[in-house]
Order: sequence, then structure tokens, then C-alpha cells
Amino acid sequence: MSKEIIQVKDLKVHYPIRSGFWNRITDYVRAVDGINLTINEGETYGLIGESGSGKSTTGKAIVGIEKVTSGQIFYKGQDITKASNRRKLNYNKDGQMIFQDSMSSLNPRKRIEDIIAEPIRNFENLTTDQERERVQELLDIVGMPSDAIYKYPHEFSGGQRQRIGVARAVATNPKLIIADEPTSALDLSVQAQVLNFMKNIQQQYNIAYLFISHDLGVIRHMSENIAIMNRGRLVELGTKDDIYKHPMHIYTKRLLSAIPKVDVEHRAEHKKHRLEVEAEYRNDQSKWYDKDGRVFPLQKLTTTHYVALPSAELNEMEGK
Amino acid sequence: MEKQSDLLLDIQHLHTAYRLQGKFYDAADDVNLTLKRDEILAIVGESGCGKSTIASSIIGLYDHQNTKVTGDILYNELNLVGLNESLFNKIRGDKIGMIFQDPLASLNPLMRVGDQVAETLYYHTDMDEKARKARVIELFNQVGMPNPEEMYMMYPHELSGGLRQRVVIAMAIACKPEIIIADEPTTALDVTIQAQILDLLQDIQKQSHSGIVLITHDLGVVAETADEVAVMYAGQIVEKSDVKTIFEHPLHPYTRSLLNSMPQNEGDSDEELLVIHGTVPSLKNMPRTGDRFAARIPWIPASAHEENPQVHEVEPGHWVRCTCWKSFHFEDQPAPQEVNSVSGE
Repeated sequence: MSKEIIQVKDLKVHYPIRSGFWNRITDYVRAVDGINLTINEGETYGLIGESGSGKSTTGKAIVGIEKVTSGQIFYKGQDITKASNRRKLNYNKDGQMIFQDSMSSLNPRKRIEDIIAEPIRNFENLTTDQERERVQELLDIVGMPSDAIYKYPHEFSGGQRQRIGVARAVATNPKLIIADEPTSALDLSVQAQVLNFMKNIQQQYNIAYLFISHDLGVIRHMSENIAIMNRGRLVELGTKDDIYKHPMHIYTKRLLSAIPKVDVEHRAEHKKHRLEVEAEYRNDQSKWYDKDGRVFPLQKLTTTHYVALPSAELNEMEGK
Repeated sequence: MEKQSDLLLDIQHLHTAYRLQGKFYDAADDVNLTLKRDEILAIVGESGCGKSTIASSIIGLYDHQNTKVTGDILYNELNLVGLNESLFNKIRGDKIGMIFQDPLASLNPLMRVGDQVAETLYYHTDMDEKARKARVIELFNQVGMPNPEEMYMMYPHELSGGLRQRVVIAMAIACKPEIIIADEPTTALDVTIQAQILDLLQDIQKQSHSGIVLITHDLGVVAETADEVAVMYAGQIVEKSDVKTIFEHPLHPYTRSLLNSMPQNEGDSDEELLVIHGTVPSLKNMPRTGDRFAARIPWIPASAHEENPQVHEVEPGHWVRCTCWKSFHFEDQPAPQEVNSVSGE
């Protein structure tokens, strides 16, 4: 039914560790270590992980600002792992990114007009008037006043800056936006604003999001399909219901149990459950991770739900 | 039965003003709070509402040139406002411990973490060097750090965020303080680490019977840990109650709006999140008369607000500022019949 827009096949990003007298490569940091995922057109794909799990690296690799060690990324069925292919297929225009820190991702010396117009100037040939019209239109979409174009980033609050970041990302009518923790630095009410804008824009222009976050509440609100990342690999992959209602992997359970719940009445039980899961996580490492501490390959559970388990374990579970 | 000594902190009419371009502006405006023994008092609000201002006023860490603090902060009959610096240095770190948001910024990068914790003991106790080291290792054990002896010799950059925050907590509790002030202690941490740190704080509190002032913007954290909650908006406390009432029966429009703008973890959440109109006013542009939240709920008629909003005790232990909650409804909902008392459900 829905068409695939991005397909990631066995993506690996390794950083070399250099040491010793000759500064030779002695080992690698396996930031992303073999990831497969598929994003459909117009959907929001949630990628959850703790800091250091490699989720941002995955996002950067997909948008093409991180060098891929091995593996392939397909955009509408065509390989875009190489920079030359990305140019040829116009992927640089169709894939955009929203960054976490709006202060450091907007050039402080440029006016908002120039910031938002930059991607337009890169890909389209517009006259000055047309360009200004387009910028105004974009500001309108994200609910910013029209006199904003003459201002500089520091004149805006965090939420407004993040909306400018959203406006810049949608400037070229992209098909895919990688949103790397777009609301983690924002207050609750401002976060609500930005999330609602992102949802509206998605419905209007049929954009696919890869929504990267550590906040499971936000991911649940935004996405249909979710992948959970741990130690550079995926531990669980499934629809929203699969993940939140039937979590299988201990790491997913642990993450879910650690989210603070707004349920004062049952907080003692909640804490007890969390400590149980935590104890299970600590004691059963060998069951969920192989002897090198790596996550097992994903096994198919249902048509949508995949879990990283050794096959023996999976059979046992199905037998039950 | 409440003993006199159960009251650890009694803040009365606290005003903290910052100087901006020659004029003073109240960042905390007439704050009244109490902290009891064995209690976690959470102060919640968005950035710029003045919650950290209260923390720095209590602990006396502010720029004395450009800050004016008036009112009373009573700790055991001792007024901390205007207390002289040498006396304050004896209390700070000894009777009142502080945990900051960013553990990396509150640790000295050039000093071994063990020595930093020992430094607190050096100033506040008469332990000798050996005893101090033993106590630090004991503290590291208490805050759940693996291999305390090894950790003692580490530098802050060698530790992960969670471990650093544990060092900061060890430092704060080194002298068994009666009051711990935790200013966003888990904001920079992952959820699983956050849960561990919050558990740790609760355990410490149970052991030492101290009182904790927990400052946070995260309503989930409040629901999980706090006993009493004060919600702040634009320098004022708008609602204060026990934690259950705040979440199950909130009254003030701001509290209700905030709860509705939170992405839920339960149930299906395809509906739009509530967006509060406008923005939090900056310190200089804060309205000083009338209800400060009125501008954010323009569909509520001006007559619903008090001219000079006061805090009312609507039911025992539940305080709400202004009377506008009686006629408050969300923009897309019909206006309710005016309520005059707090209904049970």
C-alpha cells in the first residue's frame, strides 16, 4: 500500500580509535553496527535510544552528512550511499534535517530571510521577489510574524528558533525530514506547539519523518512505527502498539518502565515494577546479549514486530 | 502531631529582584513556602518562571550587587536572608546541600572527584585526612558507584553523566544536611539513569530524614517523587497542594493547561496537544498587576479574574491564586456553570 521512501540495509558507521606511537588504528567505535529499517512515504518513524546508542549517527548517515562505513541506503529504490548519487537523484533537496539545538544550527550572523532562503537558493532559481514571497509563506506555515525575516536568530525564543529550523527544513518541499531531538531543549507548552506544527506540515505536504528522540512520550505521540536502538544495533522494531503494549526485549521493557508516569495513585507499584525489570536486565545479560555484549540479530515475531533474540530463545517463547 | 522542629524551611513573602538596566525586577514575587522534614517539595514551572531563583535565594548563591532579596527564609529560627557570608558558609554544604543540573559544570575538572567530595568534609568537619577518605568511599558506596576506591581517583571527564551526578549527590549529602536543594537534578540524564537518581534521592531522604526541594519542569518526575507541589508561573506560585490533588484535581488554568500539553504515555494520543496561547513573559515585560496568566487565556472574560489576585485556600492544603479557575474552560470547550466549591470528583 504505502510506498517505501527510505530503505536502510545493514548500515554500519565505525569510528577509528587511534593510539600508540604510530597513531595507528587499533580499534573501532561501532557507533552504528548493522541496522536495517524501512520508512514509508508520509509516515513518522520513531527511533528511540539512550545517549550513545548511535541514534543520531544513524540519522546523520541517512541524510548524508556522516560517512557510511558499509551498508547501503536506498531512496525510492535507488542507492544513495554515494555522494554523487545523492546529487544525481536530487536527494539533497528531498532529504532535510531539523537539529536539536536551534541556537547552534542557525547562523547567528544571518537574518532569518537568508537562513530560510539558503536551501531555496541552492536548489531553485527564483527572483528576489519570488524568493521573499516563498520565505513569507514558509514563516506563515510555522506561525511566525512576517517581520521576522529582518531579524536575527538571537532575537527569538527557543521555541520560535526551532520553528525557524522547521521552516528551513521544509523550504525545498522535501519528502523526508530527519528530526534529531527537535524538542528536547524546549518547555512543555512550546514543545506542544512545535510538535503540532510538525504534524500539520506532514499532513499538508506528505512528508516522512525519521523522529529521533529519547523521550518515549513524544515518540508515542508522533510515530506509527518505532525502532529501539541500543549499543549501535536495533533491539526491537514494530508498530506503536507492538512496542508500547507488547514489549519483548528486556531493554525496551526497561526503557518503558523508567518513564515517569503521571499516575500518583500507583506510583509505588510502578516503582516496584521498574526495580524488577531493572534487576532482570542486570541479571540476565547473557540471555539478551551475546558473549561480546552485542545485541542479537532481529528475529521476526509477527509481520510487523521484530525482536533481537537468539533463535533458540524465540522458539522457546513460541512454544509457551 | 507536628513537632516544632519538623518545619525545616519557612519562606515568607520572599521577593527576589534582579537588576536589569538599572531597575530591579522581581523574578520571585511574594513566594510563601514551607518545607517539612521527610518531605519532598517540588517546584514546577517552565523556564523563566522563577523556580531556580528560589533555589539560589535559599542557598544564598546570587550576585549580591545586582540582586535584591527581601522577605524571610527561616531555617531553625535563623533568617537566611541577609545572613553574613562567613556564617552562611558554615551552613551551606553542611546543613543545606545543593545538587545542580549540570554535573560537569559543578565539578572541578582539574581535581579528582574523591578529593572534591573530601573538600566539603574538610571545611565542615574535623575529620583527619584518612577519615575523610574513608567517609568519601562510604558515600560513593551509598550513592551506588561501582568500585568506590577506583572512582575516588578519577577526574570528572572520565565519568559518565550518571556517575558524575552521583558524585555531585555524594558531595551534597556528605555532611548529612537537613535540607537538600535539587535544581533539575535529572534533566541532563537518560530516562533509565533518571529513574536511578530519583530512587537514590528518595532513599537518601528516607535514611537521613531530610527535606528535599526538588526543582523541575518535568511533570512526570513530580508525579513519581514529590509529596507537595508548588506550580509557578511568572514569578508567582499559582497553585500549591499535595501531589495527588495537583494531578487528579488541578484547579488553576495554568496547571490544567500544562497537564494537557504533555504527550501522554497511556492510551492513544492522536489528538493534538494543547498549545497555550502566547509566550511566557520575560522578566522585564511581566505584567505586574492583575492575573499574570490572563493574557494566555484570552477567551476567559476579564471579570473572572481578580483585580489583585490573591492565593486562596479552596480546600484544606490546596491553595490557588485568583478566582478565575471557577469559570475556566479550555478554548474548544463550552463554558461551565460557575463552580463555587470544590466538588469531590
